[in-house]
Amino acid sequence: MIDTPLVMYDDDHRKILAVLQRLVRDANAKGIFLVDKNGQLVAEAGEMRGIDSTSLASLTAGNIAATGGLAKIIGEEEFPIHFHQGQRDNLHITLVAGRIILVVVFDERSSLGLVRLRVKKAGAELGHIFEEIRKKTERAQAAGTASPFAEITDDDIDNLFSE
Amino acid sequence: MSFINYSSREINCKIVYYGPGLCGKTTNLQFIYSKTSPELKGKMISLATETERTLFFDFLPLALGQIRGFKTRFHLYTVPGQVFYDASRKLILKGVDGVVFVADSQIERMEANLESVDNLKINLKEQGYELEKIPYVVQYNKRDLPNAAPLDEMRRLLNPTGVPDFEACANIGKGVFDTLKATAKGVLTDLKRLGGGR
Repeated sequence: MIDTPLVMYDDDHRKILAVLQRLVRDANAKGIFLVDKNGQLVAEAGEMRGIDSTSLASLTAGNIAATGGLAKIIGEEEFPIHFHQGQRDNLHITLVAGRIILVVVFDERSSLGLVRLRVKKAGAELGHIFEEIRKKTERAQAAGTASPFAEITDDDIDNLFSE
Repeated sequence: MSFINYSSREINCKIVYYGPGLCGKTTNLQFIYSKTSPELKGKMISLATETERTLFFDFLPLALGQIRGFKTRFHLYTVPGQVFYDASRKLILKGVDGVVFVADSQIERMEANLESVDNLKINLKEQGYELEKIPYVVQYNKRDLPNAAPLDEMRRLLNPTGVPDFEACANIGKGVFDTLKATAKGVLTDLKRLGGGR
């Protein structure tokens, strides 16, 4: 494992959630999902609870990875903004801080212009939060306390598979 | 790259099933999906062609239970095995925590197995990983076929470093969960090691 693991504490989650909830209101969005570039769902807000957010996260990450590959082929670094227009609902996808993907689902109650405007501000705020998280994780790793798994025993792992 | 979420007390890890075309990567996931109780699994996604060959990836989220109050979740991915989908394979390896190499035991597929292992090493290296340093398990699949190569020979060619390996017939599930458990265990042990600092 070469990359730093993403470690999110309660206060990080609260800060992230506050930004997402404000974005839901400001952008008149139906739902907002924050996804790690590797396909893990980090946080969600809005009225779309109950949808298969795990699949959404994995497919979003796949989509970003594929278009990132396309970008490189034509000499671009990345396509940081994606927009998918549906009959009812639309998706606005942005890459934040090079590592996190912000997915906004919106319908006719909002508009692409409004979403883009609000996402820009929220994206910057999220960028700061994730930069803090990254630094915190690095500090914790240096101190040897990054993972709650540091203290687990081989027995703990074996017990997981004993059933 | 694992994701540790203190807020929901969850740890998420990514396991990728690698191997040549038609070796049984998707079959492994399908069997796991069919034998896992609904509360422990999410929806299985297969991005496949009309002839059911994997086009981009298969995805299966799986919960394994709790360790020290943390729910352990594994995201299982397969890569498309066909040689010309190399660009997609590279993308799926991003952020991987553990790799399963599914080898096709048929003698005539040995060349394809070797080519795929080499391809795995190259693609991991491009992402900054080394195969020797990540949790890695080898599965010799299709052991029931009459044209299966001798196990010793496969071991010698495909597992020179002696990582955990298993014989399997993924279509009937033989060896599938042993492979998954060994890989998950390797990933968790790695997390423990890394968490303790180097």
